[in-house]
Amino acid sequence: MSDINSRGYANADALVSTDWVAEHANDEGVRIVESNEDPLLYPSGHIPGAVEIDWAADLNDPLRRDYLDRDGFASLMSSKGISNDTTVVLYGDRSNWWACYALWIFQLFGHTNAKIMDGGRIKWESEGRELTRDVPDVATADYDAPERDDSVVRAFREDVLDHIGTSGKLIDVRSPEEYRGERLHMPDYPNEGAVRGGHVPGAANVPWASAANEDGTFKDAAALRDIYEGNAGLASEDDVIVYCRIGERSSHTWFVLTNLLGYGNVRNYDGSWTEWGNSVGVPIEK
Amino acid sequence: MDNVPEPLNQMLGELDSLDRVERAQYLLELSDEFEEVPQSIATRPFPENRRVPKCESEAFVWAQDQEDGTLKFHYAVENPLGISARAMGAILDETMSGQPLDQVANVAPDIVHRIFGRQLSMGKGEGLAAMVELTTFEARQRLSRRN
Repeated sequence: MSDINSRGYANADALVSTDWVAEHANDEGVRIVESNEDPLLYPSGHIPGAVEIDWAADLNDPLRRDYLDRDGFASLMSSKGISNDTTVVLYGDRSNWWACYALWIFQLFGHTNAKIMDGGRIKWESEGRELTRDVPDVATADYDAPERDDSVVRAFREDVLDHIGTSGKLIDVRSPEEYRGERLHMPDYPNEGAVRGGHVPGAANVPWASAANEDGTFKDAAALRDIYEGNAGLASEDDVIVYCRIGERSSHTWFVLTNLLGYGNVRNYDGSWTEWGNSVGVPIEK
Repeated sequence: MDNVPEPLNQMLGELDSLDRVERAQYLLELSDEFEEVPQSIATRPFPENRRVPKCESEAFVWAQDQEDGTLKFHYAVENPLGISARAMGAILDETMSGQPLDQVANVAPDIVHRIFGRQLSMGKGEGLAAMVELTTFEARQRLSRRN
């Protein structure tokens, strides 16, 4: 894949290469963070110096379906040696789904100095780069977190209902079969508990993987514009809500639209189909 | 858990006492110890009727009848990132092979959450649970033939 800076991204700084990580992983002011679906991947071997943030245990409230609060985020950042001005570089499995999910949650707390390692864990591994099982002994850092702000990049069910009413743009990033209501989960994945299939009325179907090359890296900006603007009819000034099943795949698309294409008004509906497909009375299309 | 293989009960009790980091380390050690199905039982390409449905780690399960009437379970995991699936295979072999079939048949798929913890994603959890289901199915099938 070509050099990141030559791909025409609106915010190329949001993406770093495996070469960059190899060179800067131990720089002062840089923290490499691995975030996976599989809880055993990090302990099985990770980029030297990388810490782990678990999407469920670390970022989610243990009781309610919601994210951690201000104190929880500050405590998490502190324990990972991350201060307010630390450059955080996230990577992980499944083409960076969970890394993008974590980065999106960082935005809820205003930590905008966060980047994704292009290609994620599989690219680092396929390049034969070093992995270690040694967990770094990081010193705690001071972190002053603001209150979580859900108003800018997060959408709730009522926001989606309002969005439908104003003919706002919606992107369903699930598989075509899920979108059409033929299955309630992604291919090769089990049912995750939605009782109705289909999609939010008016949503266009652009599976998350459309934005990725086979090696998990992101496509260049021209190719992404063809997909999201040429095929799906989006424009950079649009008010867009993206969703999937629980908000992880749509975080990947949120990252693409916001950072790689420079869209200024994209929200991720993390309730996604596990909420919408179970909600009483909400409209559904097939 | 009542009337399930004692080695499984012991392992679950041990896992219950571990914190998140200790649990991951323990499971990782099991994953490292995972022994793939021997060539005397199956060779690649593995038959589709041995594939675990719903499992993204591309796991396969075999049950080998033993002279004492019990089963020896074998597993393969084709996805190189399937570390949890390999740990699951090692656990199922260690705690189910050679155990009374009625006890094996009694094991509920939701043990995966006791093994891997509540932070397991629903998708991954159900893939691992399908490994348990296919294993216990083999025991139930033998029992139904005998009855």
